[in-house]
Amino acid sequence: MPQSYTDAFKDIPGTVVFDATQSRLGYHLNMFCMSLMKAENRTAFKADERAYLMRFPMTDAQREAVQARDYNRMIELGGNIYFLAKIGATDGFSFQNLAAKMTGMPEDQYKAMMIAGGRPAHGNRSKSDPDR
Amino acid sequence: MARITAGVATSHIPAVGAAIDLGKTHEPYWQPVFAGYEFSKRWIAERKPDVVVLVYNDHASAFSLELIPTFALGCAESFAPADEGWGPRPVPVVEGHPELAWHIAQSTILDEFDMTMVNRMDVDHGLTVPLSLMFGQPDAWPCKVIPLAVNVVQYPPPTGNRCWKLGRAIRKAVESFDTRLNVMVWGTGGMSHQLQGPRAGLINREFDTRFLDRLTTDPEGLARLPHLEYVREAGSEGIELVMWLIMRGALAANAREIYRFYHVPASNTAVGHIIFENPQ
Repeated sequence: MPQSYTDAFKDIPGTVVFDATQSRLGYHLNMFCMSLMKAENRTAFKADERAYLMRFPMTDAQREAVQARDYNRMIELGGNIYFLAKIGATDGFSFQNLAAKMTGMPEDQYKAMMIAGGRPAHGNRSKSDPDR
Repeated sequence: MARITAGVATSHIPAVGAAIDLGKTHEPYWQPVFAGYEFSKRWIAERKPDVVVLVYNDHASAFSLELIPTFALGCAESFAPADEGWGPRPVPVVEGHPELAWHIAQSTILDEFDMTMVNRMDVDHGLTVPLSLMFGQPDAWPCKVIPLAVNVVQYPPPTGNRCWKLGRAIRKAVESFDTRLNVMVWGTGGMSHQLQGPRAGLINREFDTRFLDRLTTDPEGLARLPHLEYVREAGSEGIELVMWLIMRGALAANAREIYRFYHVPASNTAVGHIIFENPQ
């Protein structure tokens, strides 16, 4: 059987494509993020994160990933980066800070990598890339 | 009759908007980015478009996961800058052109594109950063803007070929509008960037250069590039580049490339910018 449209993306390392499966998994997690667009909700979330998260029918694993600010785990559990960025904004961090966190690099090192031209495509195209 | 005179493509990086709003454009990090738009500002001040059809994507600002239109055309009188979590950008309200927008909706739908018409929509950095880059910081934007929001967040986004064909349908729509108007089409987003996961920070100058070359010389061939190649080569958010094909499709095959700019980085992203003029 030929590879499906969505399965083909799974060969790309370090990347989760926000397809139907991820969207269904992450619907409530992402809608929680969307609620942080309102100042009063940001205040309520900061006052008691756990209680605020209980307002949304997410899984416990999703709630724990939010509280741990584990962005890679949130993505794995259906989070989409444009929605998750609203948690970072609520915490007062720049997007570059979030990006650095997801790569496991200190922010200054990540910033230096970007100034030097970014992460190269070479070696990062495929999970089977021999130069990875 | 209305006429499409030119096309512009540019990245729409939020940090670029913040640099403008916070007066940081002369800082050494930002200066090379803004220097790349000096020509464009002079050019557009001379060309004076009446209306810009501005193709962009919403970043979970106007559209959440409750409703995900593939092509959403702003038909309202005006569009407010969105509050993306730290207050709306201090930029003018965007004035629409409802008469032309509704005409484009009718014409493209009869051409078999299933457009979504939108009467209320806040516009985020995807739309306002390109306006700031091209027009600076005026008290009011010097032209009307018809927002065309394209879904590139939820997979699948439209194919490059669909975007290319929609561009052609928009051209036909504009050219059948019975009012003398100077119309531009802008495509925004890109170029290579990945904002998520362990591969964040990916930049691919070779891919971007080839994309710009083919946008000029072989747009129809470029339109057949599959989504997989965008994500693999240009990063997960590099998929935004399909929107540039709507702009290119709206121009003549022999439109002339008059300006190009490329710079790495702005925040996490490769900045790309290109201008085309239609033959007179």
